[in-house]
Amino acid sequence: MANQVKARLISNKKVGSYHHLIFAGDGIATGVRPGHFAAVAVGDENSPMILRRAFSIHKAAEITSRGSTLELIVAAHGPGTSWLVAQQEGAIIDVVAPLGKPFALPKTPANCLLVAGGYGSAPMVYLAQELIARGCKVDIIFGAGTESKLFDVLEAKRLARYFEITTDDGSVGTEGRVSTAMPAMMAKGETEAIYACGPMPMLQSVADLASKSNIISQCAVEESMACGIGVCMTCVLPVIGDDGITRMVRSCTDGPVFRGDKVRWDEIGTVPADCLGAPKSGGH
Amino acid sequence: MAIDSATSLAKLNLIAPVLTASGCAAAGKELDQFFDITKIGGIVTKSIMLEARSGRPTPRMAETPSGMLNSIGLQGPGIDSFIEKDLAWLHERGVTTIVSIAGNNIEEFGRLASKLRDHPAVAAIEINISCPNVANRGLVFACNTESAADVVSVVRRNVSPGMPLLAKLSPDVTDIVEIAQSVKAAGADGVSVINTLLGMVIDQKTLRPVLGGRTGGLSGPAIRPVALRCVFQIHAAMPSFPILGMGGIRNGKDALEFIAAGASAISVGTATFGDPSAPMRIQNELLQDIENHGFESVSDVIGVAHKGDN
Ligand SMILES: Cc1cc2nc3c(=O)[nH]c(=O)nc-3n(C[C@H](O)[C@H](O)[C@H](O)COP(=O)(O)OP(=O)(O)OC[C@H]3O[C@@H](n4cnc5c(N)ncnc54)[C@H](O)[C@@H]3O)c2cc1C
Ligand SMILES: Cc1cc2nc3c(=O)[nH]c(=O)nc-3n(C[C@H](O)[C@H](O)[C@H](O)COP(=O)(O)O)c2cc1C
Ligand code: FES
Repeated sequence: MANQVKARLISNKKVGSYHHLIFAGDGIATGVRPGHFAAVAVGDENSPMILRRAFSIHKAAEITSRGSTLELIVAAHGPGTSWLVAQQEGAIIDVVAPLGKPFALPKTPANCLLVAGGYGSAPMVYLAQELIARGCKVDIIFGAGTESKLFDVLEAKRLARYFEITTDDGSVGTEGRVSTAMPAMMAKGETEAIYACGPMPMLQSVADLASKSNIISQCAVEESMACGIGVCMTCVLPVIGDDGITRMVRSCTDGPVFRGDKVRWDEIGTVPADCLGAPKSGGH
Repeated sequence: MAIDSATSLAKLNLIAPVLTASGCAAAGKELDQFFDITKIGGIVTKSIMLEARSGRPTPRMAETPSGMLNSIGLQGPGIDSFIEKDLAWLHERGVTTIVSIAGNNIEEFGRLASKLRDHPAVAAIEINISCPNVANRGLVFACNTESAADVVSVVRRNVSPGMPLLAKLSPDVTDIVEIAQSVKAAGADGVSVINTLLGMVIDQKTLRPVLGGRTGGLSGPAIRPVALRCVFQIHAAMPSFPILGMGGIRNGKDALEFIAAGASAISVGTATFGDPSAPMRIQNELLQDIENHGFESVSDVIGVAHKGDN
């Protein structure tokens, strides 16, 4: 059940390459779990940008001295995100949350490895806290192109049993990709479950490494979205169902979190020939 | 004093003049968490085909100035699953449901219609003869008076005489009035105007089309003046022929323009993506605007923009 809230931006702080935004509004934090996302309207009601922008929920709190709050980490990418990070504290912004299916948490305490790339670390500290509260051991790898694109390193370090950073340019941590650091971390931490959020190629390599070790991975994907609430069929990707049949499923309602071994990563951007309802030869 | 919000599209009576647009509300369920979907005029469901269909490859969407392009390609579960799950849910929820159908060929339209025949949940059928997202542009039946009429006749033959039929027209034609006249002659009770306009966006880096389907349907406020013109022309030529107007409606004032141009009711499409409560909000704004103009009912406003024309 999602809520649509006219929220007040109560804090907007630059953190490295990103902006950390805090919104306050009645019901804005209701029902939020780690892995949920929010869809934010950009511009006023006559804005030429007619679609919402999706962001992972960084944190949510139902009761604070400032009411219910919701926190997002935003990278200025194009016109919509640039507008959003330029908003002043006090601005009223329309937010829909929580959306999507959150990360599934293990029923019994497990050794969990959390892997994030870039702003993919936004939901990870929240997830780590929930896992730790359930008695899980949490190990974390954060990766980014360069140091300024790492987010939440101090918090993650504080919570994690083992923690590692990778950067493409070696500006901090190990030079390379998160997948370079994963095998050693999985051995050391005796990993039983993997959680990942970040760019699609990173998710694919995480899912592959997990599958090779017979470990279940949960990946929060990022597909271009028009509605974010399941009505437009824009955000689909090929996913294998429990019945073994591949369908084009909506990442906004059936995801954004999917089991890594169920997503047909190589075929994203195509309609696999064996997908339910795929064009027969001769075409539609 | 509140105004009389009731309106009708031929044999279809509506409690209020705002509906959803096909493909922009799925089958209603998702929107029900944002507003009570029984309080608007009705839900027009995503065009359904005979068989399950995967739709086109991604990316399927590109935002454009005050609009968007989509190349969804009619993804859906097929008519049987639709009737069993979606239609059953809409029926139980008590929603006025207009089912949109799309066939690959004329025969499929007939089979779709017969599957819906006498179904208690179906208030009307919208015949989508204008989807631009098909590989073969020859399949856009609404681009030709004969094929448009052929589809409507076959649907007419396969449903009971009392079933209201709306033919959904494409703006990508030279003379939309001619198409409206042909579908009327073939047995349509009204027209839904307009479907999306065919468009394209090129990626700045790759200099290739952005969309997986290369071309896509343009919708949103960018197309509103075109849509309004189509409604106006059809109403001018056929004043008693009911029109469900749509295309870029974002607020009550936009909706009012369509009713004044001659629409008996309107559909809200793309605006729902930016504001999931848009259909309800727009209906409230529209009724308020109509009252502010001093009218007593929605029907008093239909076609007033033609006053004094001959
Ligand atoms: C589930 C999910 C979680 C996300 N979490 C975050 C986050 O925590 N922090 C963050 O900075 N960004 C996040 N993103 C990406 C963010 O939504 C895009 O960067 C943003 O929509 C771009 O908008 P724009 O106007 O700046 O760019 P433009 O490229 O001009 O956007 C144009 C259109 O394309 C869509 N679009 C473009 N890129 C993306 C994309 N990568 N994903 C989805 N839609 C896109 C936009 O919604 C918009 O409709 C997330 C995306 C998804 C789907
Ligand atoms: C994502 C999307 C999917 C659509 N799918 C359908 C469809 O299945 N059948 C149909 O008749 N029209 C479809 N349309 C067209 C709309 O119903 C409507 O005619 C058009 O978008 C103009 O209205 P709008 O500007 O309010 O969206 C679709 C439009 C969009 C944006
Ligand atoms: S973004 Fe519209 S269905 Fe997912």
